[in-house]
Amino acid sequence: MSLTKDRVMELETLCRRFRTDTIALLHRLQTGHAGGSLSVCEILTVLYMECANISVDNRCAPDRDRVVLSKGHAAPMLYRCLSEKGFFPLEELETLRQPGSRLQGHPSMGKTPGVELSTGPLGLGLSAGVGMACANRLQGNGACVFVVLGDGELDEGTVWEAAMAAAKFRCDRLIAIVDWNKVQLDGMTRDVMPMGDLRGKWSTFGWNVLECDGHDIAQLYDAIQTAKGLADGKPCVILANTVKGKGVSFMENTNLYHGKAIDDDEFSRAMLELEGAENA
Amino acid sequence: MPEALRDVYGESLRRYGLANDRVVVLDADLATSTKSVLFGKACPDRFFDVGIAEANMVSMAAGFAACGYIPFVNTFATFIASIGAVSAKCLIGYSHLNVRLMGGNNGLTGGYDGATHHCLDDINVMRGIPGMLVTSPCDPVQMDWLVQTLIDDYRGPAYVSISRMGAGPVYKAGERFTLGKAKRVCAGADATVFACGLSVPRALEAVDRLRQEGLSIALWDMFTLKPLDEEAVRDAARETGAIVAVEEHSVLGGLGTAVAEVLAESGLAVPFRRVGIRDRYTESGSYPQLVEAFGLGVDAIADAVRQTVARKKGARG
Ligand SMILES: Cc1ncc(C[n+]2csc(CCOP(=O)(O)OP(=O)(O)O)c2C)c(N)n1
Ligand SMILES: [Mg+2]
Repeated sequence: MSLTKDRVMELETLCRRFRTDTIALLHRLQTGHAGGSLSVCEILTVLYMECANISVDNRCAPDRDRVVLSKGHAAPMLYRCLSEKGFFPLEELETLRQPGSRLQGHPSMGKTPGVELSTGPLGLGLSAGVGMACANRLQGNGACVFVVLGDGELDEGTVWEAAMAAAKFRCDRLIAIVDWNKVQLDGMTRDVMPMGDLRGKWSTFGWNVLECDGHDIAQLYDAIQTAKGLADGKPCVILANTVKGKGVSFMENTNLYHGKAIDDDEFSRAMLELEGAENA
Repeated sequence: MPEALRDVYGESLRRYGLANDRVVVLDADLATSTKSVLFGKACPDRFFDVGIAEANMVSMAAGFAACGYIPFVNTFATFIASIGAVSAKCLIGYSHLNVRLMGGNNGLTGGYDGATHHCLDDINVMRGIPGMLVTSPCDPVQMDWLVQTLIDDYRGPAYVSISRMGAGPVYKAGERFTLGKAKRVCAGADATVFACGLSVPRALEAVDRLRQEGLSIALWDMFTLKPLDEEAVRDAARETGAIVAVEEHSVLGGLGTAVAEVLAESGLAVPFRRVGIRDRYTESGSYPQLVEAFGLGVDAIADAVRQTVARKKGARG
């Protein structure tokens, strides 16, 4: 069953809100990663609002689904989703990256309710996801583990060590989602480290491979539900085609807004576009 | 605004690296942050951005060195001292290869990025590798001198812990240094402070403040953490009778540990104090906020010195 048109529209509205809130927050604080937060918006929204069995009520249940944000620098969007789920009040977002805050610059699992793994150094999340998937099976529960990776992050050899392990251990409840925005920190991935045939790579590592538009709620939902339904002993990766900086034209498809503070002029221009989209 | 050491580093690497065609520069998708990009733009043939693949990068550098090149390896200190550690130890240190491991965003200078991006153990990790030169410059003049020295003079493996920030300056242009020799910043009789990196300018401020209170404190810049200038430590203990070591690093395994080792083995039981991070994880915040919050600021240094002087036998009051 796909999402209804109405539900898709609701989630689209939510995503526009999340983008506006996140850019406004990062501008107020003058710190935080904008580009990778904007590109992962729909992926996290569909996971948290629809596909992953995660809530404040089941947050300690051993058989809850888990979402691991392996590209931890997109923490602002993760925190926005978690606050929407009720893990902490919306106002707490104002403490992001400030001393004493539960909302660290990169996700910290002991500190932030709803965060399933501390991340920040890239290339660690998929391995932890394999461990979680194996643990779930040992305990006889069928929970899903979703690991969200950056495409630059795939440069790390450990990602491919984890990919082999997931295939060997037949982790078919492990679903990796690649935020495939074609940009990393120093530039375009094709210049910094060309990926070659990404679909072919995952598939020769023993994974099912799905591909979708990572900003299309309906497509993302269908891909994730399909991945959940594949119980064929193979892990599944969803290559989500995205745009780094999505939603703010001058932040799109560039590394310039990966981690740079947003100045006042950039902020007003961004808000015109984001609020324009919200009110359209 | 004082000049950020990473900017000085990038400019020096560009200048001296261009002039020596045995220099190659590697980075792992942080060239725009470590500033190795300046060399990369000027000399694309000898620049290798390997993507987010630190383990691969450090081992590649070993290969370059095995073929006679002088590779400068760039990423954040926390990644070079962890992901890069096995290559640093078993390829580079073991065979005494001519690799320069350049750890950016040292100490707390990763600021808002938080604990995973701060680095409080790079000195500890690198000190443990036999034959590794371990340094941490404190100001632009010294940073520039060090890059030139690592290209023109020094042979063997080297680690440099580099601040993203700036302070000071401590030295006048043209000042010379000697690897393995502590540099005296100011003389004093009541106690000696040893510091490295950006703790040097902060300690200098503390020492100036203490002078107005009538305390005469010597300050030595321990920019070479290994080999350590043991003679400077022993002389300071004998001459001033109280020692404080200040570093933007864990108190476990860094400058304070190294100084304590010398004091203990020399039987110099003078009042001694380490100022550093006390075996805990840090958190997000602006760099100045963190320096204060973790007890590394000018006030904290001055307090530590006062208390250490007060512990001297026969101290007044
Ligand atoms: C091990 C490691 N090396 C380097 C970094 C610094 N870093 C943070 S984000 C980033 C680029 C990430 O690119 P990508 O995975 O494509 O993420 P996105 O485009 O979604 O922001 C880098 C190099 C890091 N966090 N961890
Ligand atoms: Mg990317």
